Parts: sequence; structure tokens; C-alpha cells
Amino acid sequence: MSTAALSVAELARRHAEGTAAPTDAVEQAFARATEVRAGADGLNAILAHDREAALGDATQVAQLHREGNRPGPLAGVPVVVKDNLATLTMPTTCGSRVLEGYVSPYEATVVSRLRSAGAIVVAKTNMDEFAMGSSNENSAYGPARNPLDPTRVPGGSSGGSAACVASGIVRVALGSETGGSVRQPAAFCGVVGVKPTYGRVSRYGLVAFASSLDQVGVFGRTVDDAAIGLAAIAGRDRFDSTSADVPVDDYRSLATESLTGVVIGRPREYFPESLDPRVRERCDATLDSLRHLGATVRDVSLPHTDLAIPTYYIIAPAEASSNLARFDGVRYGPRAQTPALREMYERTRSNGFGPEVTRRILLGTYVLSAGYYEAYYKKAQEVRGLIATDFRRVFDSGVHVLFTPTAPTPAFPLGSRSDPYEMYLSDIFTVTANLAGIPAMSVPVGRVDRLPIGGQVMAKHFDELTMFRVAYAIERALGEDAHQ
Amino acid sequence: MTDTTTQTAVTSRYEMVVGLEVHVQLRTRTKLFCNCSAQFGEPPNRNTCPVCLALPGSLPVLNEAAVELASRAALALGAKVQEESIFARKNYFYPDLPKGYQISQFDKPLATEGSLIIGEQANGSAIRIGITRVHMEEDAGKSIHDRFAAATAIDLNRAGVPLIEIVSEPDIRSSAEAGSYLRLLRQLLEYVDVSDLNMEEGSLRVDANISIRERGATKLGTKTEVKNMNSFSGVERALDAEFARQAAILDAHGRVEQQTLLWDADRGTVRPARTKEGSHDYRYFPDPDLPPLRLTKDWIERIRGRLPELPDARRRRFANEYRLSAYDVDVLTASPRVSEYFESVARAHGDSKAAANWVMGEVLAALKNAGLTIERFVVRPADLAKLLDMVRDGAVSHTAAKRIFALMTQSGDRPEQIAEREGLAQVGDETQLATWVDEVITAQSAEWQRYVGGEKKLLGVFVGAVMKKSGGRADPKKVNQLLAARASG
Repeated sequence: MSTAALSVAELARRHAEGTAAPTDAVEQAFARATEVRAGADGLNAILAHDREAALGDATQVAQLHREGNRPGPLAGVPVVVKDNLATLTMPTTCGSRVLEGYVSPYEATVVSRLRSAGAIVVAKTNMDEFAMGSSNENSAYGPARNPLDPTRVPGGSSGGSAACVASGIVRVALGSETGGSVRQPAAFCGVVGVKPTYGRVSRYGLVAFASSLDQVGVFGRTVDDAAIGLAAIAGRDRFDSTSADVPVDDYRSLATESLTGVVIGRPREYFPESLDPRVRERCDATLDSLRHLGATVRDVSLPHTDLAIPTYYIIAPAEASSNLARFDGVRYGPRAQTPALREMYERTRSNGFGPEVTRRILLGTYVLSAGYYEAYYKKAQEVRGLIATDFRRVFDSGVHVLFTPTAPTPAFPLGSRSDPYEMYLSDIFTVTANLAGIPAMSVPVGRVDRLPIGGQVMAKHFDELTMFRVAYAIERALGEDAHQ
Repeated sequence: MTDTTTQTAVTSRYEMVVGLEVHVQLRTRTKLFCNCSAQFGEPPNRNTCPVCLALPGSLPVLNEAAVELASRAALALGAKVQEESIFARKNYFYPDLPKGYQISQFDKPLATEGSLIIGEQANGSAIRIGITRVHMEEDAGKSIHDRFAAATAIDLNRAGVPLIEIVSEPDIRSSAEAGSYLRLLRQLLEYVDVSDLNMEEGSLRVDANISIRERGATKLGTKTEVKNMNSFSGVERALDAEFARQAAILDAHGRVEQQTLLWDADRGTVRPARTKEGSHDYRYFPDPDLPPLRLTKDWIERIRGRLPELPDARRRRFANEYRLSAYDVDVLTASPRVSEYFESVARAHGDSKAAANWVMGEVLAALKNAGLTIERFVVRPADLAKLLDMVRDGAVSHTAAKRIFALMTQSGDRPEQIAEREGLAQVGDETQLATWVDEVITAQSAEWQRYVGGEKKLLGVFVGAVMKKSGGRADPKKVNQLLAARASG
């Protein structure tokens, strides 16, 4: 039996008691990865792994326990992290040629925190290049595939992490979000995906895409797995000036609470006429279950929702055009060999970046240019303010959380969306939370034609506790129906 | 026609309109956004870390000490320090700019609306140069083109070192005014102790914006930016050269092109920069990695309260308190350390004029000869004051005092010790003096008779002879008295 059959809490407990060995858990993760062919010859969910280092870490965790050190909440639990998080032994490529072979000399804060909570990082996962994409097809190392249907995408950009959790290699994985890159693949792969409040988790060591939107997120097989994962990485970090000094709640504390007194908003803009009726049906059925648990469901409106995609596609590329300037071949990554400086830049970057990244850098450069800044970037920031105000108004009116579909459709076939704009629309329900900085998560709410559907719970800033309370309730209420 | 007369003719027709941008490196221990040492002169790339190397995933964290120094400088310039300022990204590609952008401040700088008075007009009104803004930014690294054949080396030790940029209004009307502005600005910054202010090490850099117009015109001409000056006199010469170049263009009915020019100090000319800086679009936008810099009124007032006495105030006080000439005041207050040294000597000794003369004369000369700054000077103010006491009290002659001072500068020993060791104490003992006087009278009896007979100008000969006999130690006042007594007796 794979250790991934055990919850994170149970596995950590056994490791702490000494009734199971962390090295076995690591071995089983690698065995499962081989079994499901998670590497380049199959799901292509994993870009790098370091078996020796992982086993060494597992041995050390067990050793520390024997020496009387208090076991962490993830004691000996194997985890995978997205390839845009800096790790010491494995390369950090961001799914890009421009960072091929790059090994970071320092470790991301979230990775250090996971490790000090006892977790064993076993692999780096595939992703859309620099987290730009919604299908994982933009990876320079080939697309990851959906373990539930390998002809379909796992979603993106954190597709590899979602696929690793869905295929039972690990119970917890880290991804990152800029506009739904954890929640959408979680929905497509039938697992739980959390995007915390902006500032809840340190970005130090997360290779930046769009700094004002980026946030590290967590995948879990269950809500509880994700809650344990988030608790381990949350909290202020002095190396990230945008991380917030707000106390971290115990996200598991309301796991079994009823929803009496909880008001759930159903924003009409997230249930448009055009929505796939099967998706609508699963979401409304979920809301019915939540009513049975004591929640009040209220129709609400977030009137600026339709501006979210254009706003996002101005702000995110603008920041990206600047964040990605450092990939110039001067200090790291492959460098085009040519004596002329300008040509070295042009060739290094043209060879290094794929078409979607190039498109967004160009778009971002354009919207920040003299004469266009006011019309695009500045305007987009104003609209972003309006979108945030929409949420604040609804939450101020007594609504505790919002419930929506995570994505308008289930996982789509590989290669089926060649039009970038059509691809951008798959993030239509998720980018709003990034723009407003609020926490949001996706939980499985059932299947359509064997393909998972995700329901999204959004909460106010730093109220991950209530978000988890509702997510636990959904999981409890739907039971096996969530995966059928 | 000589260059000077050409210049004068041109100057009478046109005037220059100049604004200066001065970059000053702040003397923090660490860099602006990371914990690396900001020390100059380390081996290349020693002072680097993931943040200032711009490794993927690294983030900036603001150094509060730099904010304090920048605010001090701004307040000393009478500028308004803003309660909210914003760090912005200035985007451009260059190998010594690791992130591909420089973190600077753009539309919301740290401070605005300051000024510096650089002198008086003929009518007595102050010449005030407005300070548009003082903002904080990080330095870039260094590209070294001449170390390796066919390759450029990059040293990122300087990347991320904190700077302030002090931008003046276009209020400067001559190269001499530019020179005064820069010297007084440097003096002010030295008083508030925010920087090493070393132009050779690049901790103070000046760029000039210059346009010219016909005298009496109010409309501004097209400006050029002149860079690469590595001394204040270089700035003055560069401005004069660019002024002449623009004037020649206008005289030929041409148009001045907006461009960036580099000063060539060896040739005394400006030449266009290789890259067209003016065509850059830096795509400034607020840096999302850094929250707005918020300073409370209380904090700003605390920094203001901690400002030392500034040069203007010190000049006024020295003139009043020590009754010194304008020239003496200027020399003594030129550097804050010298003025503090003078003040310690004057207070301990009491005679401020004597203290001023010694500090301006012997002390500054000794420093210059030894190539030292006053911080490293071995003669303590209290010891110099003691030496002046000894002169005043007649314990040593003025001549001996200079000798003693010279020995003090070598050993740091106390003046009494030196006077005793070297036998330089002034002899006031009547018996000894009388013996010397009598010996001199005997030896030069013919002259003595002429002196007694009324040839008073011979007195000096006798005083000189006695001083010589005493090895310079005789008290000249008493020698005079004794000789007078002998003549009348």
C-alpha cells in the first residue's frame, strides 16, 4: 500500500511514534512515481528528483526524533514543490530553457519551513514556463498530463504538482499562484488547492512572475492535508517585505464544525448563462449540501468581475516584463556566445524564452511604455481597486465566504486551445482573488464524464480559518460524491 | 583674439542655465536592500548575495539606516521629507545592473523643495539654488572594460549600495555658481556626516543639465546633459566648454540637439555619449516588492532634532562668539572637524584670535604637509591650547613654540615635556639675562656707545645678539627692559 493512502496527519503521527519509517515513505513515493510513470516518459509531472538527498533527509528526520527532538506536523512526509521554488540540490528551472541547469545556492523560505516541519522534498514539478499558462503546455520540458485522463491537461501553471498529488505520489505539494495556477489545476485533477491571502506566505525564493499577485499555494489530497501544509509555511518572513505580520490561525480547528451562522455568497457573475450546465449543476448541488449543514446561501453581485481578465493581462505582464529582465545570460543560465552585447541579450533571451513568455514580456513592455502607462497600467490598477472593493462590499454586508465554480470547464484535451485568449478565459473565476489579494481554494465537488469539477471558496483577507471551515464542510457533506 | 576675450564676448551675450544632479553614496554599513557590506575596495564580487546578484526568487528589504541618513541630508537642505514615498523600478538592460532594473524613486521621492544659499548678489540678496528633490536609489555595479582582452568584467560589490540623488532647480547661472553650489553642498553633507564624499571612489558624482539663452530671455533653450566629470573644477570647465559649444551653434543660427555628452578632461572638450541616453524609456512603475515607505511626523522631527549645527549657523556663531574676520570664519568652518578642533583650542586657551591663527596657520600647514585629515592629527586640541598658554605666559618664546609644535606633530607628546626635554623653556631669570646683556655690551662696546649716544635704532641689534647668545630662549620683553635700564643707568 502506498503511504499516500495515509493522511498527512496519520503518516506524521506514525513517524513520530516510530511505527513507520520516513525512509519507507520516501521509497514509496518514488515507487509510486515510477508506477504511474510520473517522469518524462509518462505524466511528465516531475522535472527533477534527488533520491539520495531525499533518503538522507528522511534518515535525518528519524534520527532527530530518536534524539528527542519534537517531530514536526509533517514529520517524514514526502512532498513535491513546483520548479519555481528555489531548492538547494535540485535545479530550479521554472520550466524554462533560460534557467536550464540552474541550481540555486539558497533555499526558498517556504521550502525551509516545510523541511523544518519535517517534510521531505522528493521532487520538483513541471509547470508552465515562468508560471505563465493554464494547461502546463507552455513548459519548455513538455506538457505534464492529467493522471485521470492522460489525453487531457492537468491545468496550469502548477500542473505537475497537482498531477503528483492526484496520482498518489505525495499527499502535499507546493505550487504558486498568480491568477489561479493552484486552484485551476487542483480542480482539473480532483484535489484540493489553496491560494492564501497575499502576504500570508513568504515569496522569498519563489521566482517572481508578477510580484503583486504571486503567492505560494498548497495542494492536498484532502482539505486537512492542505491545511497542515499551509500552516507549515504561513507567517511573516523578514526576507519578504510584502509578507504580513498577522498571526497564523489553526486551520484545522474548525474541521468538524457545522455551518450554523455561516453566510455563503453565490456571486451571479460566476454563474453566467454560458457556464457549462454540468459545472453549474455540481456547484449548486454543493450549495444545497452546505444549506443542510446550516449555512445560509445568499445571491450576491461582484459587478466588476468581467474586467478581471483584461486587468490581469495588463498588470501581470507589466510586472513580468520587469521581473524577467534579470534572465540576461550574464550571471546564470545559458548564454548565447557572441561578442556583441546587444546581440548576446537578444539571442540569449530569444532562445531562452518560449512563445507565451515572449508574448507577455512584449505586452508588459508595451503597457509600461511612455505614453501608454497611464492608459493601460495605471488604469488597470484603478480597476483592480474596483474589483477589490466589490469583494469588500460583499464581505462587509455580512457574507463570510463566497462559493463559485473554480473553472468554467473540466480539464480540456491537450492541444485543444491554441488561441491564447481562449486559454486566458479558463482563469476567469480565479484571477479575481489574486487581484483582490483574498484567500481562495478549490475543493473537489464531483465529476462530469469522469473528469473532476472544482468548487471555489473565497474568504476575506487573512480569514483562511473560515475558508477552511467551509472547505472541510464541503468535503464532509459530499463524501465520496466529491470524486464521482 | 584670445580665448578669454572670446569667452567674455559670448558671456555678455548669452547666459547659461544649469541644473545639477548630484549622486551621493550614503555611508551605511550594509547595502540598501540586503545585508552585504557596502565597504569600498574589497576584492571583486566579494560583497554579494542572492539579493544583489538578482538570483531568481530573491527580494529586497529596505535598510532603515539608509533612510535615516537620506532624511538627514534632505532635512539639512531644508527639504520636506514626505510621510509617504514610493520605490519604483527604472528598467534598462546593462550587464552591471543585475535585476535589469534599478530600484529608485520616481514620482513620489523621499523629499522635495529644499534650497542651498551659495552667496550674495551685488545688491546683497541671497543667491538661493532650489533643490527640486532628494530621492533614494541603489547603485549599479561596475563594468571593467580594460582588465581583460576582448572581455568585460563585472564587479557587483557596488550593486545595491545606497545613494541619494540631489536634483537642483535650473537656478545656476555660471560655472562659478556651479562650483560654489557643489562645494557648499559637499560641506553641508560633511557636516551632517552622511557620506564619505570621495569623488575618486565615486561616492560623490555630478551630472549637469545645461542650456543657454540670450541674456534677458525668459524661455529656456534646449538642454544637454554633461556627464563624466570627476572633480568640481572639472564640472566648471565642462560647463564653460559646453556653454561655448552651444553659443557657437546659436551664433551660426543652428539648433542645439538634446543629447548626453561626456566630458573629456584631458582634451577639455565634450563629446556625445555612445548610447543615446535621451532616447531611453525607463518604464518606471512602483516596485511591487516594496511597500510604500511611510515615515511618521514624529520620526521626521526626531531626525531633524538630531541634526548638528549646520555650516551657516556655525559661520554666524563663530563671527559673533569669537570675533573673527569673515575670511577666518570661512577657513575655520570649511570642514566640521577643523571647526570643532578650533573651537576646542579656543575654549581651552581663551584667546580665540591666537587659536584661530595657530589652527589656520600651523595646524592646517602641518596637515597638508603630512597629507592627513584632522581626525588623524596627533596633536590634541588641549595640548595645542596648553602651548598657546605657555606662549601667552612667557614660558616659551614664539619661535620656540613653533619648534615645540613641530615636535608635537611628530610625537604627540605634551608641549611642557618637549619644552623641558629640548631646553626650549624661555629664560626670564634676571641674573642670567643680565649676564648675557652685559656680555653683549662688552663685546660690542663701540656700538653701545653710539646707542647710548642716541642712535636708538641700534636697539634691535643688541636684542638680536642677546637672543642669539641665549639660543632663542631669552624673554625678548625682559631683554628690552634690561637694555633700556643699562642705557639710562
